[in-house]
This record gives sequence, C-alpha cells and structure tokens, in this order.
Amino acid sequence: MIVESINILISAMLMGGIYALIAVGLSLQYGVARVFNISHGEFIMLGAFITWSLYTIFNINPLLSLVISGPLIFLAGFVLHKTLYRSIYVSSGGSTAVFEGNSMLASFGLLFIIQNLAIMLWGADIKGYSFLAYTLDLGGFVFPANRIVALFFAIAISVAFYLFLGRTRLGKAIRAAAQDAAAAELMGVNIKQVLALCFGFGTLMAGLAGVLLSMSFPINPLMGLDYTLIAIIVVVLGGLGSIPGSFVGGFILGLIGSIVSAIEPGLVMVAFYLIFMILLLVKPAGILGR
Amino acid sequence: MNRVQLKNKNLYLPVLILILLVLLAVLPAYLSVYHILLLCHIFMYIILTVSWVIFSGPTGYISLASAAFFGVGVYTAAMLGYALSLPLVILSAGLISVLLALLVGAITLRLKGIYFTIFTFGLVQLLAHSLLWWEINILGIRGRFVVVVDHYTIYYTVFTIFVVLMLTAYLIRRSRYGLALRSIGEYEEAAAHMGVNVTMLKIVAFAVSAFFMGTIGAIMATNWTYVDPFIAFNPTISFMPVLMAIFGGMGQLYGPIIGATVFTYLEEILITRLPHLYMLIFGAAMIAAILYLPGGLVGLIEKWREKARSSPCFFKKKQKRGAEKRDVNA
Repeated sequence: MIVESINILISAMLMGGIYALIAVGLSLQYGVARVFNISHGEFIMLGAFITWSLYTIFNINPLLSLVISGPLIFLAGFVLHKTLYRSIYVSSGGSTAVFEGNSMLASFGLLFIIQNLAIMLWGADIKGYSFLAYTLDLGGFVFPANRIVALFFAIAISVAFYLFLGRTRLGKAIRAAAQDAAAAELMGVNIKQVLALCFGFGTLMAGLAGVLLSMSFPINPLMGLDYTLIAIIVVVLGGLGSIPGSFVGGFILGLIGSIVSAIEPGLVMVAFYLIFMILLLVKPAGILGR
Repeated sequence: MNRVQLKNKNLYLPVLILILLVLLAVLPAYLSVYHILLLCHIFMYIILTVSWVIFSGPTGYISLASAAFFGVGVYTAAMLGYALSLPLVILSAGLISVLLALLVGAITLRLKGIYFTIFTFGLVQLLAHSLLWWEINILGIRGRFVVVVDHYTIYYTVFTIFVVLMLTAYLIRRSRYGLALRSIGEYEEAAAHMGVNVTMLKIVAFAVSAFFMGTIGAIMATNWTYVDPFIAFNPTISFMPVLMAIFGGMGQLYGPIIGATVFTYLEEILITRLPHLYMLIFGAAMIAAILYLPGGLVGLIEKWREKARSSPCFFKKKQKRGAEKRDVNA
C-alpha cells in the first residue's frame, strides 16, 4: 500500500513538472498578452520534432537541443505576436473582448497551419528515439532516468522564469502589463515589445517542454492538441493568468492523473475533463486566481 | 412610385428563392450518386453553420459544442436506427440534442467569453472519451454499425431539414427575439436591464441550434455505415462551422451558406489528393478572414453594393429623383 502510494506520488511528480511548464507558458500568453493560444501544443510538437531531427540526423544531444530549439521557437512566437496578433489587435479596434475572441480563433487557424506543415515535413507517423533509456534505482524505487532528467529541467526552467519575473526590470514590466496594460504603457513600459516578449516566452516554454517530452515519449505531429487541452485544464485549475497557480495546478493534475490511472487507466481523460468542467462551473477563477 | 418599387423588390427575392428550391428538389433525378452525396455534404455543413450562427452570431458567444450535438445525433441513429423508423430516429436525435443543450445551457451560459468556449470544447472531449470507455469496458465493443438508408432518402431528409432550418433562422432574425439576442451580443447587462430575459433567451437559442445539429448528425450517420466515438464527436465538426460562418459573414442569412458551400467544395476537391494542404488552406483562410474580412464575404458584397449605389455614374437618375423629393419635402 505504502509502496504503491509512493509510486503514484512519484509518477505524479514526473508528469506534473512537464504539465506545469506547459501551463506556465499558456498562462503567460493569456494572462499578459490576452491571447488564448489554442496552438500552444503545436509549439510543443515543434520542439519535440526539432529535437528528434537534430538527434537522429546530426546526433546532437537532446539536452543541448534545449538551447538550440528553445531560441528558435522563442523567435517564432515573438515574430508571430509582432505580426499576426498585433494586426488583430489593430483590427479589433482596441476592444479586449473582441481581441480575445479573434485572437483565439486565429490561433485555431495557426494550429491547422503548423500541424499540417509538420505533417508535410516529417510525415504523420509516430516517431521516437532512445535517450538515457535506463532505470535508476533510488532506495528501492525504480524510475526511468530520462524522466527524472526531464523533471529536473522542467522545475529548473520554471523556477528560473519565476525568479526572472520577480527580480528583473523586464520581469517587473511584464507583471505590470499583466495587471493593467494601459497603465503600464503610461508608466513608460514599451507595451508592444513586452507583450510580444511574453508571447515568445510562452512559446519558448512550450518548445522546451516539447524537447523534454520527446526524450521519454513517442511523438507525432498530431500530439499538440492533447497537450494544449491539458495546459488549458491546468491553467483553469490554477487560475487563468496566475503563474504560481499554473505551477501548483500542474502538479495537482499530475497527481489526479496518476491516481486515476492506477485505478482505471481508461478513465484518465474522462477524469481530467470532468474535474475541469466542474471547476469551470464552481470556481472559474481557479484555486489561486485573482 | 416608391411603393410600387418596394412591392417589386419584395416579390423578386421570394420568387428567386422558390425557383432555387424547386431546382434543388428536382435535381437528384439528374445527378449521379456521387453528386447527390456531395450535395448532401454541402447541405450538412450549411445546416451546421446556419444553426451555429442562430446562437453564436447574434450573441457573440463562440460555441464549440457543435460536434457534441452532431455526435449525439450520430449516436442516436446508431442506437435507435434499427428499432425506430427514420423520421422518428431523426426527431429523437434532435430532441436528445435539445435536452443536452438545455442542460449545458442552464449550467454554462453564465460563463463569460473565453470560459464558455473552453467549456463547450471540453464537453465534446468528455462525451467522446466517456462513450469510448463505456463501449470498450462495459459493452466490450468499439463503435457500431448504422442502419443504411438509400441516398435519395438521405438527400430529401437533408433538404427538408435545410428548408425548415432556413425558415426558422429567418423567422428568429426578424422577430423581437432575434432583436433581443442581438442586444445580448451588443451589451448583455444593458439588455438585462431593458427587461430581456437574458438567460432564458440564450438557452432557448442554444437549444434551437442544437436541435438542427442533432437531426443532421442522425441522417448523415446513415451514410457512414460505421461510427465510433471519435468519428461521431470529431472536434473538426466544431471548428468548421465557425470558420465557414466567419468567412461567409454573419450579417446576412446567405453568408453562412456561401461560406459553407465554398469550403465544402474545396474540401471535396482537395481532401482525397492533398488532405494536409486542405487543412493548411483552412487555417490560412481562417486567419485571413479574421484579419481582412471583418464582415466576411457578405460584408464585402454589402460594401461593394453600397459603393455601387453611391457612385455617381450609376443610378444617376435615381439620385436626382431623390434630390427633387427632398426639395419637395423641405
């Protein structure tokens, strides 16, 4: 019983770290840039596939790929916000509600574009590679090494980002923009730049999560939407726009997932959606929401 | 003079529509099976899009529950198809969708904006996953066979649903309920203060749109012979109507029809040969429509007509006459 519970807890941690990282990215995009990015998972997929290509073609270490695919995907997100979402903002006439609706629909369009470009480029098959594929035995408990490494990096990236938000000038500007974009602009924050940076950071998190995921899970170009949905659930769980909330929510969802899968593996997604929908009805602001 | 003109204008459109409907009604006799089914497919998307617009057009609530109602229709046909006659199956599919819509509407329509959209999207996934789990673990099957119906029956059923739907949409639009729905989209709090029963109206409109989505799901299922939860509750069915409505424009009733026809035809040409290219175009068109066609194709047409009306070289005489009248009035 105790061994079982500890195993459940550990697998909850392993998944939870990745969930948290993905959710922090989405939370940043919605909380600051007001873009509810349904194509979030596609950047995870891109991160995973770039890593796969680098590893299988050039034999580049997936951990090294963090610093190659990360900046690439960050740049993609940054440029995307500067061009697409900025134009949508202008055409929405400054109304936040209209912009939120339109940018969400545009991100649906983006989802289809990225997904199908990836299928054309990499094919629709499931792919995978073997990296650190051995188990570690820590005091009687056995874990796959690649997932431990993934968890470590997921937590390190999230904490680093949290510190960046709290301790730096740019982090302060981002927090100010999250609270009130118009007031932040009046206070001298270059809001266009900050919002684009935030969107870029969001895609960066997704891309890094994709790199980490590809080390221990099979990947395919259609994988994005599932992770987007998980990110949405986590973000709503933690509170839309709250970074610590997303972090906590990620681990809670990881825990729920591993408990349910220990009882009845077929019901994991059902449990996720059920909790999500109940939460939306009972407390749409989330557990740590404003 | 003015009155005669008005009368002519009023007669012109119904006659045109009547001719079109008669044409569409006799068309199957001259078409191959493939073309009849293509027409059914186009009608399917028109029906989904117009029903989507009934609720989401005026209120501005972006619903992604279309696939849920459509899927309920599909599964009703699969489960009751062998027990009941076709009209009864279709009617019950519509009614079960209405029940689901009433339930979902009652508990979710107080969610604002983005939350409502996420919830409806989650609903589709919840239904699909629960149904799949139930089938595999409790019933020990995956998917089921649907009773087969000949293509003429499918065509005329779809056609009937289309006509009833267009009539309903038209009547809602020009009634005070349509006006009230639009007022919800403009400013919900103000509408509530003016005495509009906001919640009731939203739920009813949601249910009406769900009814038609359920019926079209039931009849289209008979064309597929086999369905499983992921075929029935396919999220694409939720996205398509949104894109088609945005692309066609929601300002006029014919907007969604144009949007649905264009994209279904495009799908038909491209999906077998270049399926990924089709989805790519789909995504690009969605973004382009949001960026450059705020009123959709209808908005473009209206703008163009407005321009034609006000340009000095056309209708010069009419303008002069208008000017004279203004003088007389003054």
